[in-house]
Amino acid sequence: MAYDYEKSIRPGKLPHIWCPGCGHGIVMKGLIRAMDTCELDRNNTAIVSGIGCASRLPGYLDACTLHTAHGRAAAFATGVKMAKPEMTVICCGGDGDGTAIGGNHFIHACRRNINMTYVIMNNFIYGMTGGQFSPCTPTGMKASTTPYGNPDPVFDISKLAIGAGATFVARTTAAHPREIDKLIAQGIKHNGMSIIEVLDDCPTSYGRRNKFRSVVDMMKRLKKDAVPAKAAAKMTPEQLEGKFLTGVLYHDNEKAEYTEQYAALIKRVQEGA
Amino acid sequence: MAKKTALVQGNQACAAGAIYAGCTFFGGYPITPSTEVAEEMSELLPTVGGKFIQMEDEIGAMASVIGASLTGAKALTATSGPGVSLKQELIGYACIAETPCVIINVMRGGPSTGMPTGPGQSDVMQARWGTHGDHAAIALVPESIQEIFTETVRAFNLAEKYRMPVQVLFDEIVGHMRERIVYPEPGELELIDRDPVTVSPEDYKPYDSTKGLVPPLASFGSEYKYHVTGLNKADDGFPTTKASLVDAEERRQIDKVECPEARADIESNEEFMTEDAEVILWAYGSSARSARYAVNELRKEGIKAGLFRPITLWPFPEKRTAELANQAKAIIVPEMNLGQMIHEVERVALGNCAIEGVFRVDGDPLNPGQIIDKVKEVI
Repeated sequence: MAYDYEKSIRPGKLPHIWCPGCGHGIVMKGLIRAMDTCELDRNNTAIVSGIGCASRLPGYLDACTLHTAHGRAAAFATGVKMAKPEMTVICCGGDGDGTAIGGNHFIHACRRNINMTYVIMNNFIYGMTGGQFSPCTPTGMKASTTPYGNPDPVFDISKLAIGAGATFVARTTAAHPREIDKLIAQGIKHNGMSIIEVLDDCPTSYGRRNKFRSVVDMMKRLKKDAVPAKAAAKMTPEQLEGKFLTGVLYHDNEKAEYTEQYAALIKRVQEGA
Repeated sequence: MAKKTALVQGNQACAAGAIYAGCTFFGGYPITPSTEVAEEMSELLPTVGGKFIQMEDEIGAMASVIGASLTGAKALTATSGPGVSLKQELIGYACIAETPCVIINVMRGGPSTGMPTGPGQSDVMQARWGTHGDHAAIALVPESIQEIFTETVRAFNLAEKYRMPVQVLFDEIVGHMRERIVYPEPGELELIDRDPVTVSPEDYKPYDSTKGLVPPLASFGSEYKYHVTGLNKADDGFPTTKASLVDAEERRQIDKVECPEARADIESNEEFMTEDAEVILWAYGSSARSARYAVNELRKEGIKAGLFRPITLWPFPEKRTAELANQAKAIIVPEMNLGQMIHEVERVALGNCAIEGVFRVDGDPLNPGQIIDKVKEVI
């Protein structure tokens, strides 16, 4: 029997804005399955985003949804979670939104280890504004603002998150739909800051300029270059050249969660300790 | 029993007022000369079960405040001019998403870093027009430590009642000065909470204008689920580009503050010896303290001077200012900037009296002598 996504989608909000071939819809379906797996109460779930194609995702879902300003998802979400820690908080957005204009909020949410799950759709480009390069556009590739090839070095989002202090970090791709919901569900269940990086495709703004002949080509490329972290442990640096790791990349259950720490602080102050 | 009194700094009185008003969330970032507000809140909030968070930057602080407010918390941030510049994007967000919150601006000079430890009043136009797009604004300008307390309480009341950001501006002098405060008893000052939602979750629309100019706001984490966006939106909260809906929503969000009933409710002024005044000193904040002194001195010399002091700066006190322009020979506008509110005074005075400014931006307060000299020069 086909999976019932409809019950999670707000009536009348489809069709979505995403182009044919865009991976964001695959991620949204994964998020819905993960939310079902975790049996989330939609009244008690806030889904928070910034600006961009990926940030339009919350509007389609039946929950408390907050479409904020460019880059600010993690900061708004921090306010929601601090004020009402009993809510489940999920952020979603793109690579430019989360790591360029929102980079400061992103790393500090990781540092605090506040209990939320950030699904970051990395399609290597600013899609909504027409294909300008982001901090995640591979060096040398074409974008509307890198007509001679991108001179910039690249952010590795997962490494950035681990370095900044997130306690559950995982990566997968839009070409691995079943892994998406498993990792997001693990992230939601994890008590701390979870970053789920989903490498994604933007055929309209990225593929078209970089001679990916079709969406299928882009998906095949994501599949070909993905190496599960466990398998990578047995591979040589030469074999890993040009590849990226997928699966759970970092998991720490020891670091204190931020809102719990603050609740303990309140208790301590009120008891006059 | 005698009321509790204390000798406190303006910034401390501000924090005490916020707690009195029921504030349970503060998101901030350190900046001179407002930092003591954050310091006080970090100490006081946990004692009442509230949350304090020092965010990574000014924008993050404003974002956290809006997020907290959407869960139903009365939320506060405090900053100074450069911080307000950074917050402007999200002040606009709070306007269009109609999220109650209070922003304290302890003013210093500018532009840019300016003189961080000196006083200024150069953010009064920023409080009105700082964020892009058309929007209403409410800004309060207390002149004393006691008034900082009561106006902070009133700011929360107005934010919750009109479902929007409210700014409280006082300058470094008042922020750092110590004066005696008499703490109001619990229940002595009116406290206003946001209107409860009365419709069923299925029928709830966060911007339903049939519920009045200020539709009730439900809290995240309640039985109501809804969508919030900074895009132009229809009454159900979802984005729209339909011209008639965009136009109606933009106009409603301004009308809710600028309609006559709301103006009468929000405006607050003090008048001192204006009845027979031929010269009106139109002054606010700490400049009004010098102006009041000047009025007393001028009266001793037989000059019929009076003080008009807006406590609500925005919306602008148009009606009363126009009346005074008809009554007086001159209006003098002392400001610790190079002339901001004077333009508004000129706008509504319609040329009915002489209007002159006394301006100062060198980091020292306006003193009564400067104002007296200007009055004598004009009359």
